[in-house]
Amino acid sequence: MNDALLRANSLVKHFGAIPASDGLSLEVRPGEIHALIGPNGAGKTTAIAQLSGEMRPDAGEVYFGGRDITRLGADARARAGLARSFQITSLFLGFTAEDNVAMAIQAHQGHSFRFWGNARRDATLRDPARDVLARVGLGARADVVSANLAHGEQRQLELAMALATEPKLLLLDEPMAGMGHDESLRMMELLAGLKGSLAILLVEHDMDVVFSLADRITVLVYGRAIASGAPAEIRANAEVRDAYLGADA
Amino acid sequence: MVDLRNLNRRQAVHLVALAAAILLPPVVLAADEPFFISLASRMLIYGLAAASLDLILGFGGMVSFGHAAFFGVGGYTVGILFTHGFQGSEFLGLFPGSDNALIVWPLAMLVSGLLALAIGAVSLRTGGVYFIMITLAFAQMLYFFFVSLETYGGDDGLSMYGRSRFPGLDLSDDTSFYYVCLALLLLFLWLGHRLTRSRFGMVIAGVRENERRMIALGFPVYRYKLACFTIAGAVAGLSGALIANLTEFVSPSMMVWTKSGEIMVMTIMGGMGTLIGPVFGVAAFLLMEEVLSAWTEHWQIVLGPLLILIVLFAKRGIYGWLVGREGGR
Repeated sequence: MNDALLRANSLVKHFGAIPASDGLSLEVRPGEIHALIGPNGAGKTTAIAQLSGEMRPDAGEVYFGGRDITRLGADARARAGLARSFQITSLFLGFTAEDNVAMAIQAHQGHSFRFWGNARRDATLRDPARDVLARVGLGARADVVSANLAHGEQRQLELAMALATEPKLLLLDEPMAGMGHDESLRMMELLAGLKGSLAILLVEHDMDVVFSLADRITVLVYGRAIASGAPAEIRANAEVRDAYLGADA
Repeated sequence: MVDLRNLNRRQAVHLVALAAAILLPPVVLAADEPFFISLASRMLIYGLAAASLDLILGFGGMVSFGHAAFFGVGGYTVGILFTHGFQGSEFLGLFPGSDNALIVWPLAMLVSGLLALAIGAVSLRTGGVYFIMITLAFAQMLYFFFVSLETYGGDDGLSMYGRSRFPGLDLSDDTSFYYVCLALLLLFLWLGHRLTRSRFGMVIAGVRENERRMIALGFPVYRYKLACFTIAGAVAGLSGALIANLTEFVSPSMMVWTKSGEIMVMTIMGGMGTLIGPVFGVAAFLLMEEVLSAWTEHWQIVLGPLLILIVLFAKRGIYGWLVGREGGR
């Protein structure tokens, strides 16, 4: 199993007496869309936080590209190629959409101890930022202050910033949270279009989205992965049906 | 040449302020009111301190309540070296004193900068209220250190018998000294303006807007904040050196916590996050102090409500009010 891009090995994380991760193991392979599903309180967001480095596990290890990154902070993991988006949109609200993406491009271009040139006129930041905005369908909204973007557009911008760092793996925490039907469809097309170019670990509640996008699915219940496999296997798994999917799946 | 008819409001404000600053000495000398030159010098020097605080407070969103520490230490660097130069003795038996501005001013920046590096290295590991309290605590520690430093005057402070020497200029002449202060302030405003627009400046602004996002993007934010804190400390050190020269006196009161508060009030009053705004805040503050204290010794009773009015009705400060909508960030 050395072909995994990201591997979590028996992660344990307690909040007081409550285990949010209880021996959680999972693997994301290069290029695949891997969905992480589970009922509310199953520990999905805690899992993402430990994988992205915002939270340190009490026990267990995280490997990325074969390297042990358990002790790396979130910024170092991001530089290694592990990007994330947030469940609750996290932008630079006072900046324009283009500024937001340019910041992500800048993060990807080595250190920023450059005190002289005007960053807002730096073509090596602005050109790629406009390209990424066009890719997520925000090309016409580049100069809008991001606080004034519609909710769905902010989610697209959130994705654009993650893409701008040219990650090997994208951690997407409910990218469609709070979106209307049309916005969700557009986001789904976007994600489908990314398939193969990078790996995605997707936390999502909407089972239609999960089963149409994911190459593989891991089911999380009480902080533990109870099943992992192709969508058809997960659908057929009796334990998963009992614990989570219910009769309507 | 700038076409005066095409100036926007912000440029007009800058031009008027610059013209006033340049023309002030000949005008007040002609009016036989030379005292105003030293008051205006004080404005320029505190303007430098407030603008440097704005770099961390306004641009970086780091509420440092210990900025006077760097101001005071910069002043003491000049004062202590002057004393050794005057006595012909050596500092800690290591090196002789000096009253050469080209040596002691950069040295004041270096000492204050290193101090900011050390204080920042500890303080910036915290955030929010803890950051405010820990910067305050460090500044108070230094205050009490200099109070107990009997060799250099202790509580009474340290008097100098003149200003630093500057090759080719007579700094003891108030007008020359004023123009040197003006040049240094303008130099910092220009460099600072470049800095806030640079990649480094974008990182600092990003940290203010959303630090968690910056970390998720891969920025090692601590290093950038520390660099910004250090730069601001060094510039505050320079302003302390200049005030030591202006008054030919340094004392621990330069770094007492109310001094940090005063610099912060001036910065907020002028308009945070504009770099030049705090200079307007300083000018207004010192002018009010001058006018009101001539009128009553309880001038702060009047100053307080005025400050509240400014904060309530000009949220972007005096500068934001002067330049209108297009100003600010």
